[in-house]
Amino acid sequence: MAGRVFLDIVDPWINWDWLSTHGPLFLAALEQHALLTAIAVVIGTALSLPLGVAAHRWGLLRNPVLTVSGILYTIPSIALFSLLIPYTGLSVLTAEIGLVSYTVLILIRNVMVGLESVPKDVLDAADGMGYRPLARLLRIELPLALPAIFAGIRVATVTTIGLVTITAVIGLGGFGELILEGLVSNFHTPLVVATVLSIVMALVADLSLAAAQRLSLPWARTA
Amino acid sequence: MSTLANVIRWFLDPLHWSGPDGIPIRLVQHVQLSAECVLIGALIALPIGILLGHYGRFGNLAINVSNVGRAVPSFGMLVIAFQVFGLGDLPIIISLTALAIPPMVTNSYVALREVDADIKEAARGMGYRELAQVLRVELPLAVPLIMAGVRTSAVQVVATATLAALIAGGGLGRYVIDGLDQGNYTKLFAGAILVALLALATELALAGAERLLVPRGIRLLRAPTAHRATTFKVA
Repeated sequence: MAGRVFLDIVDPWINWDWLSTHGPLFLAALEQHALLTAIAVVIGTALSLPLGVAAHRWGLLRNPVLTVSGILYTIPSIALFSLLIPYTGLSVLTAEIGLVSYTVLILIRNVMVGLESVPKDVLDAADGMGYRPLARLLRIELPLALPAIFAGIRVATVTTIGLVTITAVIGLGGFGELILEGLVSNFHTPLVVATVLSIVMALVADLSLAAAQRLSLPWARTA
Repeated sequence: MSTLANVIRWFLDPLHWSGPDGIPIRLVQHVQLSAECVLIGALIALPIGILLGHYGRFGNLAINVSNVGRAVPSFGMLVIAFQVFGLGDLPIIISLTALAIPPMVTNSYVALREVDADIKEAARGMGYRELAQVLRVELPLAVPLIMAGVRTSAVQVVATATLAALIAGGGLGRYVIDGLDQGNYTKLFAGAILVALLALATELALAGAERLLVPRGIRLLRAPTAHRATTFKVA
């Protein structure tokens, strides 16, 4: 990496000829990137719903949960992956432990905020109508908390898509692998195209989730 | 468990505490570079966020800059900057500064927006001119949220500065990246601990700075550590 020879060679930012013959490379990267992201967001959501509900229910847990998750959230992903490598190796498990953790740390907060935003009057009305605690939670509180939870899922998804590129250093990475490839071989095309595709993927995911939210939560539509 | 024993031995080895690849030098490099980037970023971002927040203009822009910033992979940005500017600190400073800006713009915008309209009116009624009103009424009230943005940026810059070792940068990331390249898990683990501790120390130090900067009267009004206006993690 010491010698900077590429400046002498004219390497365009995007070599369209190379690109046109290497589509499968990008498809494979997209597949891995999407899979790593989907696993993290799905497992993260499944974990943070009960955790968020529990932290909301038992007020004593609230501050410890927020503090601990805030602390874990500040740990750089590359450090977290590296701390896991001696135990779980260069594996999908290592990547997902990190990615799921960050997803949970984002979502748990949104679950709690969503549940806290349910008006007291609504809860009183539900109680008055004879809802038991579990039914009240499932049929009143969670639906009203869903807009905040959905907002959290959007942030978590976009964040995860960005963080997946960093898993290139542990041999995964999706588009990140192509970024690393471009760096190591001093070849601009995979690097630039993979970075752009990663951004596009994040924006498309964000907009799709926003559309899904509008369709599935008619009660939360605002002008 | 032998990993931990090796890591402890690594930290106790005086060799790792001296010379150009010693912990003190690497730590200073990491902190200095990060501090420069956060400072430059703050000089750009805070005036923009404060102005937009004060006038209540371009709110979508101020909010969305964080959404877009979150979507940009910090790793790709570093490598592209490296290809554009070549070896040295310049590509690192440019990309770290760029990623420091969005959370600070969004937070300072929201901070100024959230200043109570009644308070602004009272200030005007007391004869404050616009500049004095911003400096002496709105900014003190906005400090907690502005500092939350600075904290978010700083932690992300410290985290991404670790990745800079991939493009031949210095700092604590060297241990992580060299450890990975050499298959030296002891060095990797030790480096990761140092990076994680530095990120936590950054968060705590800036939380302390925030407490010092918030005027006492306002400290009584709110919880000491303000919520962040935006969740932002790119590294």
